[in-house]
Amino acid sequence: MTIEEQLRTLRRPAPAPVTTGALLGTGLVDGYAVYASPVGDVVVSFNPHGVSSVDLADDGSEERFRDRFGRSMTLARPPGGWETKIGRAIEAGTPADLPVDFRSVTPFRRSVLEVTASIPRGQVRSYGWLARQVGNEGAVRAVGSTMASNPVPLIVPCHRVVRTDGALGNYSLGGPHNKRELLSHEGADPEWLESLARRGVRYVGSDTTHIVCHPTCAHARRIADRHRREFRDLAAATVDGYRPCEVCRP
Amino acid sequence: MEELCDRLAGDLDGSFEELVKAVRDDLYSGLRPLHGFEAEDLAQEALVRAYRALSGYEPDRIRTLRLRPWIWTIALNLSRNRVRDRARRPTPVELVDTHGVDDPEPLDTTAWDARLASLPLAQRRAVVLRHVVDLSYPEIAEITGRPEGTIKADVSRGLARLRTIMREEEE
Repeated sequence: MTIEEQLRTLRRPAPAPVTTGALLGTGLVDGYAVYASPVGDVVVSFNPHGVSSVDLADDGSEERFRDRFGRSMTLARPPGGWETKIGRAIEAGTPADLPVDFRSVTPFRRSVLEVTASIPRGQVRSYGWLARQVGNEGAVRAVGSTMASNPVPLIVPCHRVVRTDGALGNYSLGGPHNKRELLSHEGADPEWLESLARRGVRYVGSDTTHIVCHPTCAHARRIADRHRREFRDLAAATVDGYRPCEVCRP
Repeated sequence: MEELCDRLAGDLDGSFEELVKAVRDDLYSGLRPLHGFEAEDLAQEALVRAYRALSGYEPDRIRTLRLRPWIWTIALNLSRNRVRDRARRPTPVELVDTHGVDDPEPLDTTAWDARLASLPLAQRRAVVLRHVVDLSYPEIAEITGRPEGTIKADVSRGLARLRTIMREEEE
């Protein structure tokens, strides 16, 4: 064999990581990793724009991702730094400095999701409250469908958003029992929340400070029982001379 | 390749995987004798950069691209930068094939890595692009930005040197 012929035999097929790495690097294919969560294992997918979806880990995860985003996903290690940030974001129930890929989300829905991400752990707010926060009081239904289509549940904590009458409402990641599970895990007692809803209690205030809060607001939970006043709506509180809490903004 | 250009111009996202499949073995085979285990990483990076570049091109420009030399221009830039960075911050160069340990090797790859490694860089590049990747002299001249005559001289000096090395190995 001549030297030229021998050199030609040095050709090698590219190892598989070249192809997957190139497709992941361009964002044409998303990578995914499996994480533990209070509601079982979840598949977290990511691309150069950020985390793109969180879904329950089962045989249908890949197909649901393809149907929804029109891309495929492949098992991969999250890029440097994201691996631990994803785990922390799931546990904390907020993205913090983890980038989220909101490209598939309309600007309205994105602003709703960003407000949702600011709801503190262990607290709940209503669809109506979210609609007011994004400056569109009438958009309660649109807020509801934004929660239902949240691409990154757990990380954007839509489990902290409940019906305007106080009932827990539905949940996209495996149904309402998972919402209860997550809220209990965070220390927001679902039975207590439901008992308030049944009694028509939407806000609580302190008769010493005359400030009115959402019942799960950290300030409301510090009110001693003897000073605690319950309200059906904000108007009733205002009539009694209460002003809204600046932290939970009822 | 011309038809692939048309498809890339019409639907970049839908046909990029086809480009990856068409050039990945070329890139890997050419980068491996130059960079050893880093070839995988460089081939992948060259493809990602190719995609970003194509995203910014007008469809007419994509249609007239000659893909193989174009993508090798990107790969060779990365290769040069890697060599330069390594010179600044020396790390041991591993020339032993780290994957494919179980693959049947038609020839002793490690022996060839060592022989090629003993060539001056310009000759090694020219020999690899011409005889491993199978690019033409005008293509290599275009990719490296050097005159065709210089490339031909580098290849023939490189081959002569390899012959000498192999003769010495036999003695």
